[in-house]
Amino acid sequence: MTKLQSVAELEKFRAEILFRRDPAKPCIAVCAGAACDGMDSAAVAAAFLAEVARQTLGDKLEVRTTGCHGYCEKGPNVVVTPGEICYFEVQPTDVAEVIAATLKGEVVDRLVYKDPNTGAKAVHMNEVPFYKHQMRLLMGDNPKIDPMLIDDYLAVGGYAALVKALTEMTPQQVLDEVKKANLRGRGGGGFPAGSKWETTRNAPEKTKYVIVNGHEGESAAFMDRAMLTGNPHKVLEGLIIGAYAIGAQRGFMYTRHDMPLLEKHVRNALAQAKEYGLLGENILGSGFDFECELHFDVGIFVSGESSALMRSIEGNPPEPRPKYIRTSVSGIWDKPSNLNNVETWANVPQIISKGAEWFTSIGTEKSKGTKLISLSGNVVNSGIVEVPMGTPLRTLAFDIGGGVRDGKTLKAIHFGGAMGGSIPTDLIDAPLDFDGMSKLGAPIGAGGLLLMDEDTDMIEVARYLLDFLVNESCGKCAPCREGMPQMLHILTNMTQGKGKAGDLERLEDLAEVTGLGSLCALGKTSADPLKSMFRYFKPEYEARIVNIAGGSGTK
Amino acid sequence: MSAMSEIILTIDDKEVKVTAGMTVLQAAQQAGIYIPTLCHHEKLEAFGGCRLCIVEVESRGWTSYVVSCLYPVAKDIVVRTRSEKVDKIRKVIVEELMAHAPDAPELVRLAEEYGADRERFERKESFCIVCGLCVRYCDEVKHLNAVGFIDNGAKREISFIPEVAKNVCWECQECFALCPTSYAQAAYLLTEALAFPGQRKELSPPAKAPESGRRVIPIMPVAATR
Repeated sequence: MTKLQSVAELEKFRAEILFRRDPAKPCIAVCAGAACDGMDSAAVAAAFLAEVARQTLGDKLEVRTTGCHGYCEKGPNVVVTPGEICYFEVQPTDVAEVIAATLKGEVVDRLVYKDPNTGAKAVHMNEVPFYKHQMRLLMGDNPKIDPMLIDDYLAVGGYAALVKALTEMTPQQVLDEVKKANLRGRGGGGFPAGSKWETTRNAPEKTKYVIVNGHEGESAAFMDRAMLTGNPHKVLEGLIIGAYAIGAQRGFMYTRHDMPLLEKHVRNALAQAKEYGLLGENILGSGFDFECELHFDVGIFVSGESSALMRSIEGNPPEPRPKYIRTSVSGIWDKPSNLNNVETWANVPQIISKGAEWFTSIGTEKSKGTKLISLSGNVVNSGIVEVPMGTPLRTLAFDIGGGVRDGKTLKAIHFGGAMGGSIPTDLIDAPLDFDGMSKLGAPIGAGGLLLMDEDTDMIEVARYLLDFLVNESCGKCAPCREGMPQMLHILTNMTQGKGKAGDLERLEDLAEVTGLGSLCALGKTSADPLKSMFRYFKPEYEARIVNIAGGSGTK
Repeated sequence: MSAMSEIILTIDDKEVKVTAGMTVLQAAQQAGIYIPTLCHHEKLEAFGGCRLCIVEVESRGWTSYVVSCLYPVAKDIVVRTRSEKVDKIRKVIVEELMAHAPDAPELVRLAEEYGADRERFERKESFCIVCGLCVRYCDEVKHLNAVGFIDNGAKREISFIPEVAKNVCWECQECFALCPTSYAQAAYLLTEALAFPGQRKELSPPAKAPESGRRVIPIMPVAATR
């Protein structure tokens, strides 16, 4: 492949790819997302390829290994196009039958979705309950793309937004569009991305950096890795557009060290983008230069905190620093550094392609667009979900999630992992909204949603989450380093029937001081789950204190 | 100092005129207003670890809690070095640290000031409060790096690196006096006993009077100094 020197060359190349592809030719997309991979979807993909080779069907049928489709519960997932026919829990032994049916334009009835209650079948993706309530603007392309092939991304219109930005828009116009779209950070804070970009753009230093935060250390969050592993070019395209708007010359993808597939796909994507001339000097003849490199986390949650992450990129231990001067003004090597998470960057191309007006037509007044949600816990359908902001939690939990497992009732919904909060069932009609959920004490965070059934012990939940966090803190500041283990100690005692007088007051003081006194967001929000429990489930806590009237000290 | 870089702010109802670029802690010290600190040392870069110097800052109608050793002075901010919240934060932090070193003189003094209960939280095995004075002093002032942090979170501790400590620590010992709990000295001696007993490098004996020799800090239990 020779480097594409201009937009015209890119569009010509794209036309050639599309010309070579027959949209009517059936394609069998096998999900290789983390969950399906765990259920040996690789064997399924291999069986498809072997069968196609055995019957020499290469010109009649295509087999594609793709990123995560979303419905992790029912993997290995297979989607057959045209028609988006969904097959679930596909095994290597099913392969011959699927191929035969596909060639005849038929459907393998026994592998399609069946409603567990009514037995009603759903064949096409838009009929499957898990998918039909979603709006898959970011994840929807995953079944159409082999993440190792940049041509697949170009075939679905990839890098067209970059072309538009470079040829039709000034950096300022790109920035204005993102601001107008009111794109808010998907990593947890919900801070307006456009304002952050503007701060970095306006900072006097000429050298500026842009960063993809793909650390995703939040417990029960697994959508960013699905996005980045399944469609790395979408994230990269967003980053390049952002760099253009901000005036950054260099970017960093900071991601997990423990996911070989993710690393492979991102490395490959960066190399391919470079080869095609979408990264490097004079991108598509526009005069804009941008390089991007890959960095890995150092294994603790706090290294995903923006200032700690930047210290880590510099080669220092991942210790947060106070953000009295923002990292967008003084970040990596004290240069202005704009950091957004994977999902935020992935939203950028569509905002540029379709415009801020389109984007703001989706969602609530102050939370626009869609949100990726990792659905897990005691839910029937675990997986990765994408819904418009404003979707009621009930839709997420019941229509998409299929409700609580084993016929049990729902006790609580937990959002935001170890730094989030739990709310009781009677708040289930609350809409998905950054500010609304924060007010309820269960901030969306990065988007990990847990359903908890009637048997859930809320003290154990708080204990479990703190047990996770104490090992993820850096230990630099006293309230976080000392406060969390003390809370953990008290909660552990309470779960063992050893709760004693004064424990609740101690917990409240520790929670308040850890929240107010800690250096970074990890410490500041570490007691948020506990605070939400005190708000909604306090009687359960009181019942665990020995010598309180009515309390037995045990469950 | 040019008039341009002059900043006026309010600390505890007192108007304070300072230079831009200073921290709130420096401004308070200049105005003779006391703010407690544990991890702060004027020869070292501000660390922001102990959080005891936390103050209440009102800026454009927003009240926030910031550590004064790092927070830069700004025009028209109102700083309160004591308030119900500030005192409570300091009290609980002192209580947390006293779980490590209940008899450390500085903590005992702070406990009296803020009404901290030394028995309130579960006792911890180590009497290090991880202020990092030893580590940072050894790095920033002595450039020796004989002592460093190891591990993270609740498991973070200081540790002397035997290969370095063997050659430099006995001659220096300066961090021992900085340590609020005498842990640095204990940690050094333990390292020596375990890793290089009898092998520490000492200054060659002075040519003349032996009493003009080393500065050795007398080893004395902390409790005795109360």
